[in-house]
Amino acid sequence: MASLRIQNGRVIDPSQQMDRVTNLLVEDGRIAGYDAPANGQDEILDASGKIVTPGLVDIHVELREPGREEDETIRSGTAAALAGGFTSIACTPNTDPPIDTQAGVEFVRQKAARAGNCHVFVLACVSKNRDGKELAEIGSLVESGAVGFTDANRPVHSTELMRRALEYCLMFGSPILNHPEVLELSHDGIMHEGVTSTVLGLPGMPADAEDVMTARDLRLAEYTGGRLHLMNISSGGSVDLIRRYKARGIPATAEICPANFTLTDESLRTFDSNCKVNPPLRSREHVDACIDGLKDDTIDVIASGHAPRASEKKLQELDRAPFGMASLETTLALVITQLIKPGHLDWPQAIAKMTINPANVLKLDKGTLKVGAAADITIIDPDRQWRVAADQFVSASQNSPFVGWDLEGRAVGVLVDGQIKYRLD
Amino acid sequence: MSTEIADQIQRPAHWTRRHLLDLESLSVEELTALLDTAATFKRATDGCRRKLPLLAGKTTANLFFENSTRTRTSFGLAARRLGADVVEFTASSSSLSKGETFVDTAKNIESMNVDVMVMRHRTPGTPKLLAEHVDCAVVNAGDGTHEHPTQGLLDIMTIRETRGDLNGLTVALVGDIAHSRTARSNIWGLLKLGAHVIVCGPSTLVSRHWETFGVEVAYNLDSILPRCDVLNLLRIQFERQYTRPFPSVREYALLYAMNRQRMACAKDDILIMAPGPINRGVEITPDVADGPHSVILHQVTNGLAVRMAALWLVAGTDKT
Repeated sequence: MASLRIQNGRVIDPSQQMDRVTNLLVEDGRIAGYDAPANGQDEILDASGKIVTPGLVDIHVELREPGREEDETIRSGTAAALAGGFTSIACTPNTDPPIDTQAGVEFVRQKAARAGNCHVFVLACVSKNRDGKELAEIGSLVESGAVGFTDANRPVHSTELMRRALEYCLMFGSPILNHPEVLELSHDGIMHEGVTSTVLGLPGMPADAEDVMTARDLRLAEYTGGRLHLMNISSGGSVDLIRRYKARGIPATAEICPANFTLTDESLRTFDSNCKVNPPLRSREHVDACIDGLKDDTIDVIASGHAPRASEKKLQELDRAPFGMASLETTLALVITQLIKPGHLDWPQAIAKMTINPANVLKLDKGTLKVGAAADITIIDPDRQWRVAADQFVSASQNSPFVGWDLEGRAVGVLVDGQIKYRLD
Repeated sequence: MSTEIADQIQRPAHWTRRHLLDLESLSVEELTALLDTAATFKRATDGCRRKLPLLAGKTTANLFFENSTRTRTSFGLAARRLGADVVEFTASSSSLSKGETFVDTAKNIESMNVDVMVMRHRTPGTPKLLAEHVDCAVVNAGDGTHEHPTQGLLDIMTIRETRGDLNGLTVALVGDIAHSRTARSNIWGLLKLGAHVIVCGPSTLVSRHWETFGVEVAYNLDSILPRCDVLNLLRIQFERQYTRPFPSVREYALLYAMNRQRMACAKDDILIMAPGPINRGVEITPDVADGPHSVILHQVTNGLAVRMAALWLVAGTDKT
């Protein structure tokens, strides 16, 4: 296979503590070396003024297929991932039917392979049929390639089941990814419970609903030694708890989605259903606490939480509209605009949270540009100004409150196994 | 006679809104414009008895996705007093049950050349959603627990009639504040006109967050009663899916019912109001409901005047 040189870019690879302008050589779909001199035969990709990183890894994506193809398909979702700069994604099993069998895992893997876009890793259900009662056949699912277990946006309600799941996964070394929410506390809530919900008369989802289950899961993880990953953290109370437990050395990890470090509950004053998300947009002090959690690495991972929903579903009364935001294509730009440019995170720290850290949660051989690694590479224009436009979404759905926003920073080139899969002029 | 009066009625300069969705966003001038217009209409129609054909040739539609007899009747009568035609639409008998979306339903009705849509829905924000998708004017007749602007207006009009300037007046809203659209609309209207607002009820149903806006929060009715110029007794709702926020009707009545004993501790000129329908014996005892301090029935008459004012003002404002 021909060789490719990515020239003059600022290569940031936190897995190697690398941050310098250099040339990257790709051969036979793998990273062959750095600082290599020109040999006149390579294909050249000029990355001057750009940032070159390991292909970004998003471990929280809803692909909606099988069952909800009106929202997204594996093909359209993986294409949207590329447009967002991601070369690997992990998809959640909240499909119809849910992914709790080897057949389900195989289906997703094969469809993803045929789509030929980004790599797709499958998260399978923790519980049979995703109904929170009995453990799914985790061993078989591991064997067919599932890399982690979650009931997606359905929290593991039973404390006993959560304990068993953490213990059972120990022998496979797989993580349990939980969305922490005590449903009795949030029940018919539509937004964060606070001053804004009191004024609007909308039922609220108190921060406690998240904090109480976060505390429970951290305690169970400590007790069992199991691997816990807390999905979509949004509350200052949760950040505080995670910080304390991490200080005790338990191997739990935590993730945040961009809406929760960008928007507050005030966004709901327009009653815009695109702001209806779970966990909800919280008040300013929670957003600030989450940003602090990102800065001190209490929160290890930034994930999109991509939840595409067809437009007719969101164009309904607020209580009928489903939760969720399509976010694959805006996540990187929000990280740059809201976290890096204002100085909350530097580039290496931010990139770590989108490459090696998420890869490590699922023990994926991704998120690195070490010599010999697969050439999954993202080329970012850090200063590119662009306006988010619904008609330019690659995703089949455009349910995003960021439509119309002016953002800074965008992926302009994405390589998967050394092949250019996405390019933006 | 009323057509001559009609010719003399001037559109207030301060009203430029195409929709009446809430009281929270209104300026003091807009609020006053609505109240003054309602007062004018009440006079011009001899206490809402006669017609005032300012909307002759126009059509209003009542889109009620939630049960209501009195508000629906009031809006219908208000439209007819103004000379408009009225279209009635009820959710249960509509195409919604055939799977038609809310927005499609609204657009279909609008296509029958409706000038004003009056809407009641169980979900906050739905009138705003409607206003974003139709060209006609929209009046919110109650959107879930969010606001009920014409109710707030008629309550304030009633106070204004008897007590004049609201500045410095102490008005207490009593009951399930958390779930009351009437409370929210009243709070914003009263604050804008300078009243001192107290929200009083069980601590599970009255949030301290109201203090952010200068509203006084109280859980004990007897402790605030001697200071109140006006009491507005909200209807307590018993239907709850989850753990009830208070244990029983009896307990509620013990702590919050306006009865003869409590009336003895109240100011001599206290006004007793209620948005209705009242639960006799729960929020209010019959002797108080029918007694000399009660203005409950005046509220109903004023509701007609306020709704006539609201319909006329929005119908006459062009779409921006």
